[in-house]
Amino acid sequence: MKKKLVKGNEALAQAAIEAGCRFYFGYPITPQNDIPEYLAREFPKLGGTFLQAESEIGSINMVLGASAAGMRAMTSSSGPGISLMQEGLSYLAGSEIPAVVVNVQRSGPGLGGISPSQGDYFQATRGGGHGDYRTPVLAPASVQEMWDLTFLAFDLADRYRNPVVILADAMLGQMKEPLEMRKPELPPLPAKDWILEGCQGRDKRLLKSLYLGEGELEKHCWRLWAKYEEIKKKEVRCEAYRIEDAELVVVAFGSPARIAKGAIMEAREQGLKVGLLRPITLYPYPEKELADLADQGKTFLVTELNVGQMVEDVRMAAGRRAEVHFYGRPPGAGSLPSPEDILHEIRETYPAR
Amino acid sequence: MYHDVTMAGFGGQGILLIGNLLAEAALAEGLHVTYLPSYGVEMRGGSANCTVVISDQEIGSPAVGSPRALLVMSRPALSRFQASVKPGGLLIVNTSLIEPAEVERRDVELLAYPLNQIALELSHQRLANMVALGLYLGRTRVVGLESIEHGFAELLSEKNRVFIPQNVAAIQKGMALAAEAGGKS
Amino acid sequence: MSETAEKLLNPRPESLVDIPTHFCPGCHHGIVHRLVAEAIDHFGLREKAIGVACVGCSVFLYNYLNTDVVEAPHGRAPAVATGLRRALPDRLIYTYQGDGDLAAIGTSEIIHAANRGEPITVVFVNNTTYGMTGGQMAPTTLLGQKTTTSPYGRDFHQAGYPIKMAEFLAPLEGVAFSARGAVDRVANLKRTRKLIFRAFEVQVQRLGFGFVEVLSACPTNWGMTPIEAAKRVEEEMIPYFPLGIFKERKEADHL
Repeated sequence: MKKKLVKGNEALAQAAIEAGCRFYFGYPITPQNDIPEYLAREFPKLGGTFLQAESEIGSINMVLGASAAGMRAMTSSSGPGISLMQEGLSYLAGSEIPAVVVNVQRSGPGLGGISPSQGDYFQATRGGGHGDYRTPVLAPASVQEMWDLTFLAFDLADRYRNPVVILADAMLGQMKEPLEMRKPELPPLPAKDWILEGCQGRDKRLLKSLYLGEGELEKHCWRLWAKYEEIKKKEVRCEAYRIEDAELVVVAFGSPARIAKGAIMEAREQGLKVGLLRPITLYPYPEKELADLADQGKTFLVTELNVGQMVEDVRMAAGRRAEVHFYGRPPGAGSLPSPEDILHEIRETYPAR
Repeated sequence: MYHDVTMAGFGGQGILLIGNLLAEAALAEGLHVTYLPSYGVEMRGGSANCTVVISDQEIGSPAVGSPRALLVMSRPALSRFQASVKPGGLLIVNTSLIEPAEVERRDVELLAYPLNQIALELSHQRLANMVALGLYLGRTRVVGLESIEHGFAELLSEKNRVFIPQNVAAIQKGMALAAEAGGKS
Repeated sequence: MSETAEKLLNPRPESLVDIPTHFCPGCHHGIVHRLVAEAIDHFGLREKAIGVACVGCSVFLYNYLNTDVVEAPHGRAPAVATGLRRALPDRLIYTYQGDGDLAAIGTSEIIHAANRGEPITVVFVNNTTYGMTGGQMAPTTLLGQKTTTSPYGRDFHQAGYPIKMAEFLAPLEGVAFSARGAVDRVANLKRTRKLIFRAFEVQVQRLGFGFVEVLSACPTNWGMTPIEAAKRVEEEMIPYFPLGIFKERKEADHL
């Protein structure tokens, strides 16, 4: 298939169209405006609905409404807007309504800045809103994955009746790479026998998250838990790059994983046995893969565009067996580490034998 | 085969256009390529830069700390980026807008030309970016001119394609200058 | 009071589920539910209707209305209804919201849904208090009214004035119908029934956004008997929140 040079945000937007999404609700925020602008241009040609909402609170609830009617619906935003959506995400999860929410991360806290960041890792992977829920979190690291994982996001959302977060960052959104516009083969989805479209020929249906009856909510939360356990069992995805003989395994996701890969290529040329474990799903997290590597006696170097969030998951997975080093940079203009910076950290933390 | 280049100037100089062109040309030759632009809050007259990485292997990082080549079209771009070029690398400088004395690096190969004047003599000084791209291509031979022409077709709308010949002529001028400079071409 | 209504409005509409009410004695929610159900029946759209329940006592609409219902976060029902409306252009979409929900936390959503002229029907139940949470001050709490969070009476220096939503929304271009009624006595109930019907009719006719505010009693949190509470609607609420139609569009070609 012929490849095209495409910007990350636009690859994601076009993939949403190809995945059958026809409802987008959003509010402008840098650095993801290419997504709403692309869909505002393309949806009218396809009979889709693009609506600029009054706020991100409006956006996520419009997604909830369209999705309750059985449509594939999405929104996209960045840090401050994603914070406003947490209420809606909690209701979507509690009511078991699918949705795709894209976070092209910018830097915080507060208004922060517009440079690439991974400061929203905890927010994304711990549910983010109130209550005991989780959302699958997909972390692309290339323009091709901005495309591929968008299909997967809609698939997982429908399969598990749960919101799915695509956690990208400003660098992935803005960069261009050759893209193969392939349509993935995904297993058939369960019928949407829960949607609201009027109760013609059937009993009325109700989508809700309020459970006041004795024991009702506990039962509901256990059922959600069972779903998350199934997701953990079936949906873990990660990329392992040159880890077989590696003494040191770099753990990174998103853009820093790309920068780390460049550093690892250089390190290998210099004779250092270094590999990369790149989580593609941040929830569920590749715990077993990391534990296995820890059992093999590997040392870890975790690198993130924050001052240390995912490193906690690596430490949990590796337990006390492995040494876990951390190299992080808080986001901000000019703070994106270079491959040379990471190579330096690789040399510093490379286990002495 | 591996090449990377950072291109920098101010908004309106066509920095992102030549970065895109190079990336499209690399794709047309079946190479791996990444194009990473700078971006900012929406304001006019700000700085513009991009990094293009081209390889026949999988590309790790689209971001490059020490590029093998740097192409600067403005004074602020030179002062911001000149320290980053890899020793032994290539530095292309637009002396129409940058005093040659401001170039501090002695450990790089320097191609310094008054690109605005050269472009003006050709047809229009807006083509200075194309002359710069020609210098880079002439010196590195990373992609062929036909692939660049293909890149124009990908990037330009139908009505702007009439400008392709004069753009190509500017690139050819840059390539010729690089050849005269005695690059390893 | 409500027994009188039963005699007048028999039989039970198909859009109302036949279960005992759990609302407090003298609460007007049950009456408004019934009027909404009658309106849906009137247009023969029960099987094409989707309701949006909000947060507060009014959330329990989902137990009583015999249509599909989705629950919205607090104040967000108009945004959820917008998503439903866009996804299901030929269905009947309605929200049912209380005063805290619509006139405090949900002001952004209601104003913009109204301004977009979303062809949806919003039924707004104003009882001047937060019923479900135990009688706190609402945006519509009257001046001097004592609540658990205005124990000395609402003072405008401290808490501003009660907000008049029906008047407030009426001037927006997208609004086709905006009115206020009450159900404290039969005459008002009959008029309000017509207002609710009309708020649905403007949706059916695709004239724009339909809004009806209904003044309601909350005897429990007002510390009154049902009869006293109904009297308070008449004597204290209606003088400040006048009944009537504040906007009515008859034609679609208004722009």
